Amino acid sequence: MPSSRDVVFVDGVRTPFGRSGPKGLYAETRADDLVVRVIRELMRRNPGLPPERVDEVAIAATTQIGDQGLTIGRSAAVLAGLPKTVPGYAIDRMCAGAMTAVTTVAGGIAFGAYDVAIAGGVEHMGRHPMGEGVDPNPRFLSEKLVDPSALVMGMTAENLHDRYPSITKERADAYAVLSQEKVAKAYADGKIQPDLVPTAVRTAERGWGLATQDEAPRPGTTTAALSTLKTPFRPHGNVTAGNSSGINDGATGCVVAAADVARELGLAPKMRLVSYAFAGVDPEVMGVGPIPSTERALRLANLEMSDIGLIEINEAFAVQVLAFLEHFGLADDDPRVNPYGGAIAFGHPLASSGVRLMTQLARQFGERPDVRYGITTMCVGMGMGGTVIWENLA
Amino acid sequence: MRNVDTWRALLTERTKDEVVTKALVRDVELPGGAGTMALITLDNGFDHTKPNTFGPHGLLALNGALSEIAQRTDLAAVGVTGKPFVFGVGADLKGAAALTGREEALAIGALGHHVFRRLGELDVPSFAFVNGAAMGGGLEVALHCTYRTISSGVPAVALPECSLGLVPGWGGTQLLPRLIGPANAIKLIVENPLAQNRMTRGRQAFELGLADALFEPADFLEESLRWAARVLKGEVTVERTDHTATDWDKPVSDARFLVDMKLHGAAPAPYRALDLIALARTASRDEGFAAEDEALADLLLSDELRAGLYSFDLVQRRAKRPAGAPDASLARKVTKVGVVGAGLMASQMALLFARRLEVPVVLTDLDQARLDKGVAYVHAEVDKLAGKGRVSPDQANRLKALVTGSLTKDAFADADFVIEAVFEDLAVKKKVFAEVEAVVRPDCVLATNTSSLSVTAMGAELAHPERLVGFHFFNPVAVMPLLEIVRGGSTDDATLATAFAVGKALKKSSVLVKDAPAFVVNRLLTRFMGEVIGAVDEGTPLETAEHALDGLGLPMTPFALLQLVGPAVGMHVAETLHEAFPERFGVSAKLAALVASGKPGVYRPDFSLDEEAVALFAGGSAPSTAEQVRERVLKALAEEIRIMLDEGVVAAPQDIDLCMILGAGWPFHLGGITPFLDRAGYAPSRFLPQGVASLPV
Repeated sequence: MPSSRDVVFVDGVRTPFGRSGPKGLYAETRADDLVVRVIRELMRRNPGLPPERVDEVAIAATTQIGDQGLTIGRSAAVLAGLPKTVPGYAIDRMCAGAMTAVTTVAGGIAFGAYDVAIAGGVEHMGRHPMGEGVDPNPRFLSEKLVDPSALVMGMTAENLHDRYPSITKERADAYAVLSQEKVAKAYADGKIQPDLVPTAVRTAERGWGLATQDEAPRPGTTTAALSTLKTPFRPHGNVTAGNSSGINDGATGCVVAAADVARELGLAPKMRLVSYAFAGVDPEVMGVGPIPSTERALRLANLEMSDIGLIEINEAFAVQVLAFLEHFGLADDDPRVNPYGGAIAFGHPLASSGVRLMTQLARQFGERPDVRYGITTMCVGMGMGGTVIWENLA
Repeated sequence: MRNVDTWRALLTERTKDEVVTKALVRDVELPGGAGTMALITLDNGFDHTKPNTFGPHGLLALNGALSEIAQRTDLAAVGVTGKPFVFGVGADLKGAAALTGREEALAIGALGHHVFRRLGELDVPSFAFVNGAAMGGGLEVALHCTYRTISSGVPAVALPECSLGLVPGWGGTQLLPRLIGPANAIKLIVENPLAQNRMTRGRQAFELGLADALFEPADFLEESLRWAARVLKGEVTVERTDHTATDWDKPVSDARFLVDMKLHGAAPAPYRALDLIALARTASRDEGFAAEDEALADLLLSDELRAGLYSFDLVQRRAKRPAGAPDASLARKVTKVGVVGAGLMASQMALLFARRLEVPVVLTDLDQARLDKGVAYVHAEVDKLAGKGRVSPDQANRLKALVTGSLTKDAFADADFVIEAVFEDLAVKKKVFAEVEAVVRPDCVLATNTSSLSVTAMGAELAHPERLVGFHFFNPVAVMPLLEIVRGGSTDDATLATAFAVGKALKKSSVLVKDAPAFVVNRLLTRFMGEVIGAVDEGTPLETAEHALDGLGLPMTPFALLQLVGPAVGMHVAETLHEAFPERFGVSAKLAALVASGKPGVYRPDFSLDEEAVALFAGGSAPSTAEQVRERVLKALAEEIRIMLDEGVVAAPQDIDLCMILGAGWPFHLGGITPFLDRAGYAPSRFLPQGVASLPV
């Protein structure tokens, strides 16, 4: 059976992302219901894909308890009404959960174990705050395996400013403002809405409503306003709520298939998987993770950064994007990078974000047939980076 | 608006305790740029176990929401949906019972109309998204909207008003026939309520044309909103049939005939509903709704409705918390059941125990052939269930494996509950229990399904009489909801609690009764039959006596009931009661002749009278008129019930009524029976105070 065949990204969608918390969009909405909505929309948007041809449902969540527990890939598949013959599983690589769901099922497809899979992720950080229920091994600290700051993401971002003294708070804030502006423009141009799945939301107090757009973006953000924000992770530090992604709720999903099967079913794939790589770095500077993972992915694909026409990089923190750009010699405002803006504005429901990057890259590919290669990359807690290189099929 | 104030003043004070269904309004941006919808969520603030209902406060809340919506100019549409699992289940019955004046009764109808009809008379289209149970006034909310979607997960769509003694009087009788045609409307408004309140599911409702679109529950609201957007943008056109062009007279007169067969005019509501449906073809909205107001007011102030509400409460509440049952925590676990006997009754019980308790059930009989037949019956019934898809193949295997037969009672050694269903003879039953007691543990509950023998006498010689209890099923065991649980002279609380727990697990409604001859249902039915046959014995023509009580709307005539029970069984119970109370229970020589003839009753299979059988009842020199028979029977019932209450057979008249409703199928409009006897003046003194199951003074 072992084989190697082309793997394609057929289609991706996501729920609008909400702000976590008691007043947030999804305050009283279950995480698994968000996943169900995504799966059903994928099936609806791709009527050529018979439900029984889905061979796997891989759904990522960082905190796999409560409504994100119960092997969410399987339970969401059942709740979504996929045939009971369709298996599913849960997967976790913190922020790169959905990305890992995609690369893992892609590996299975290339190997010949699957023809078609659904991969995605969810994080309801309101119902499951970061670090909920974790129990770090005391050896981490006693043996100094990691720095005490490694488990607090904001501190790792501050650490990154230390490693890259040239990246100032001003540069980080300016980057954040640009991200907000790009998101506002992408919304105005209707680039985001087509891949959002309107999602019913209900609160006991207000009744039913419908989530139709992201809740987190703050259009009109200025550097002046950002300069006044607190730096909660370090006195007189650099990292603020304004130059970081927020605490968010949301789900993403995509259909990944073998190229020949996509052809057989008459699906319209948007991207071909070229290579992927994950890499580890010191956990206390987890933000540099995308650098080694991208270098590795480029090497595997036999490509150079100059071959890459579009980059979707997750903006966990502005500083971490800037470190990546600086490493690869790209300008802070390089137009190839996050043309629709990024997580600083959209938000970052941890394990779901990887597929948002892919969905947006796919849409940009559609508008830019001149671009051949693009990458999606992100940093990961506990000191990792992940990168996937895609070829434009538009 | 002045009207609303008048209605508010009339109604709200009386219904201060109402659990108010709020109308929460939230703007929704419809997909595809179809504009803004004001989406109303009906929600009383509780979970699905307390569904949304409408009383005056809830109606006024919806009215307020609609008033605000009506003033807006930025809306493309209005939507209405429910809280999770529930759209709305109708009028607040407790509040309805609090209305006792005609002005108030008219006001509740008029207020409902005023509020609901606004949904269909706004400047923009309205959409009902029926996400969960929609009954009565809840369904009427949806009917008033311009369009409806429904979830395929909705378990219950119904207009059950007629079953209680009302009509769907907030627009239902006028809007539904025009939407889905008179025949289908009659089915929902009249026929289903009179057929044990049969429910319609979401998909059926869609197929009937009640809803314009059907969506799955997983993303029902999202897809409904998407559909609404497409309707607004003209991408979807909803086709409706003009039913006013079809023939309404025939379905209405057919239905009237059927209702008459069942009720003989005993309950007014279904007749009023048919009148209103007939009116709906030509009446304007104003006329139709005004006619509904009048009908509602008449019915709200009828004793039949009060009896209906009382019956509903008995079945919904009292049946779930049986009066006099000991603390449930005393109940012992039942992990294996023994059934003595392998006849039809025993086999039916074995099947029920296996299905509901999911524990091993052993049938015993002295005869291998009978045993095989009994087990085979259960297996065949399980196969039937599997064939209908009611149980899965695995469940069928499990159920069949649970039910086994044994020639010896040793198989009961580890049973927790052993019930006998052997021949109705005290000596036989005593012998059986002696044999059972020799093998079972000392705490094993022994139950008898006797219909008339003394439980105390049956246990007299047991080593542990405290674990014997009466457990009286009604035939057919799987269908009839009543269990009479009989406390014998020695029965202890743990045994009784176990019996109630088993009854609950069997999904039966249990009533605690004293160890008195024939308990409740059979005693009253036998007294009833005894008087009818007594009249025939005296010379009343059988057909006169047979139809003397038609006006009550009982489920069966006396001789039809006798035929169902079987003349021999009926005779046997009559003899037992005659022995106990010779002055009130006779034994008819003519009935004995019928039993001797071996005929199944006075009717042939095609329900025509068997003249030979009727001839057995000829003779007698003092015929009564139908009216005299009716008087005699009802007076006798009132007398017997009074004596039973004095004897303490049950805790209260409510238990008599509950038994007659669930065990004999006596109708809601009679309230079982005591509310009717009270209101018709047959009881020397009232069973229930004025205002209970009747209008307050």
